[in-house]
Amino acid sequence: MKHSRLGPWLAIAIGAIYFLVPLIGTFEFSLRMRRGEYSFDAYRIVLADPQFQATFTYSTCLALASIVVGVLLVVPTAYWIQLRLPRLRPVVEFITLLPLVIPAIVLVFGYLRIYNSSSLLPMTSSERATDVLLTFSYVTLALPYMYRAVDTGLRSIDVRSLTEAAESLGASWPTILFRVIFPNVRVAVLSGAFLTFAIVIGEFTMASLLDRPAFGPYLQLIGANRAYEPSALAIIAFIVTWACMGLIQVFGRGARLASDKR
Amino acid sequence: MAFIEITDVRKSFGSQNVVQNFDLAVEHGEFVSFLGPSGCGKTTTLRMVAGFEQPSAGAIRIDGNDVTGLRPNQRNVGMVFQSYALFPNMTVADNVGFGLKVAKRPAAEIHARVAEMLELIKLPALAGRYPYQLSGGQQQRVALARALAIKPQVLLLDEPLSALDAKIRVSLREEIKTVQRELGITTIYVTHDQEEALSMSDRIVVMNEGRVEQVGTPFEIYNYPRTRFVASFVGTLNVLRARVTDAARGEIMIDDQPIIARRGIADAKTGEIRLAALRPEAVSLADSGGERNRMQGTIEEVHFLGSVMRVRVRFSESAISLDTFNNRGAEPPQRGQKVTVGFAYDDIFVLDSAEAS
Repeated sequence: MKHSRLGPWLAIAIGAIYFLVPLIGTFEFSLRMRRGEYSFDAYRIVLADPQFQATFTYSTCLALASIVVGVLLVVPTAYWIQLRLPRLRPVVEFITLLPLVIPAIVLVFGYLRIYNSSSLLPMTSSERATDVLLTFSYVTLALPYMYRAVDTGLRSIDVRSLTEAAESLGASWPTILFRVIFPNVRVAVLSGAFLTFAIVIGEFTMASLLDRPAFGPYLQLIGANRAYEPSALAIIAFIVTWACMGLIQVFGRGARLASDKR
Repeated sequence: MAFIEITDVRKSFGSQNVVQNFDLAVEHGEFVSFLGPSGCGKTTTLRMVAGFEQPSAGAIRIDGNDVTGLRPNQRNVGMVFQSYALFPNMTVADNVGFGLKVAKRPAAEIHARVAEMLELIKLPALAGRYPYQLSGGQQQRVALARALAIKPQVLLLDEPLSALDAKIRVSLREEIKTVQRELGITTIYVTHDQEEALSMSDRIVVMNEGRVEQVGTPFEIYNYPRTRFVASFVGTLNVLRARVTDAARGEIMIDDQPIIARRGIADAKTGEIRLAALRPEAVSLADSGGERNRMQGTIEEVHFLGSVMRVRVRFSESAISLDTFNNRGAEPPQRGQKVTVGFAYDDIFVLDSAEAS
């Protein structure tokens, strides 16, 4: 019995070393800016950099816009598939998985061909239009995660009965969607939202090729020209991502506790 | 004119006919149950009245208005679901007031109506609780209050008690009946539980394979079933193969023993093979004398059921079950014992000719 437990512990230890050692190394290196002693100078410089603030704010705004567009696109779609078109579920699942198998660089070249300044829909002709294009491309990138999160949430409630109950009480479709369905998949939507945020905040390929001042290209720029600041930025990016994951856990646990009581 | 008129309604899913030529007129304030086994089309018919399914043919009228093409939210019909379908994100009060809020009623009116409904279901103290904080019975009472809060013209209940345990089921069905009687609301109730249908309904529609087998009061359905299906589905029934020996005098032969049957024999022909039906409670073991049918047989099985014993008596080919009270002072019936069973001429009824084939 004791023998059989050694294997799993060994695997966990190897995994922990594999993930933690580079992280600890990066963190340790980010503290060595001042010669001969540890300091948070690299963090201070990075956080004080106006470009950091501008790019982080830009990416945060685009992440929030992507979340709103993603939720408005995915929740009604997943709801309708579950309620009326369950036979289309495999097709929709396949479509939502495509961004995982098609590299971002292929997607962005496709966008550039379709939406270039001489096309019928010149989305790259102005900064604002390119921002819109970038938002939609982020929605596409986050689609596999957002759809799965929402679909799982919808499967955990009796969508058909709730819809019919609301309908028999006189509710219209928008009322059913916004007052009955949305509040009951709130945790799933939040999970999808945090995943979208985590993806968008560090995304490089799309923002770089569409030439937008996002946080991802800034990370790359700093990484190519500085020594300690990139490590500090990497740790900051990790913290942002982990905070998102932690929030998913917090909301998920709340929902699980509520459903356990049921 | 009846309050609800369902005229020649049919429903098909692809090539499968789920409901066929359904006709029914329900009077105002009447409590009608659709009773039948799973897949008989009772829930589909109810859903067509609610507007969740569109009939393939036929028409549905409520209070003289054709509602066949109307959406569920345009019909003013209250619905109670088997799974309660309470909104998990809302409190009991919010659930009950949802329909009124949707109808944009003034806040004071909503508040008063919610309080009235919670009084009606005897749960005024639970207004602030969420559905997950309630028992199954409480949830179903809230679902009933929510359906009634909008003052619907018709109340539809789709197997509302089947997810509850037996004791709560009995008490809740009495409550539903009391509420329905107090409000005088026209109600259609779907169930596969004959006891529920018999105890609550003014009339029962027995359905089988998408067709209406019989419509009648609980008394008529139980005592005068028109088909073998109704007779066997509602209550326990002994079905025996009989040869009509003299149709005019109501004489039949079961396992070479002469029997007189006074019900269902009028359209039979002498020499014809028919099925005869007999309720277990109509048969007695003791020969009480008088003008009765008597048959000799042997006890095959004795099942002790507490206050009652169910005894199975075999004749040469057929066998019947009968119920006898558990009498502590008397010798209990024994397997293999030769007995004479008796039943009144009116208690055995001959079923339709098609049933014997």
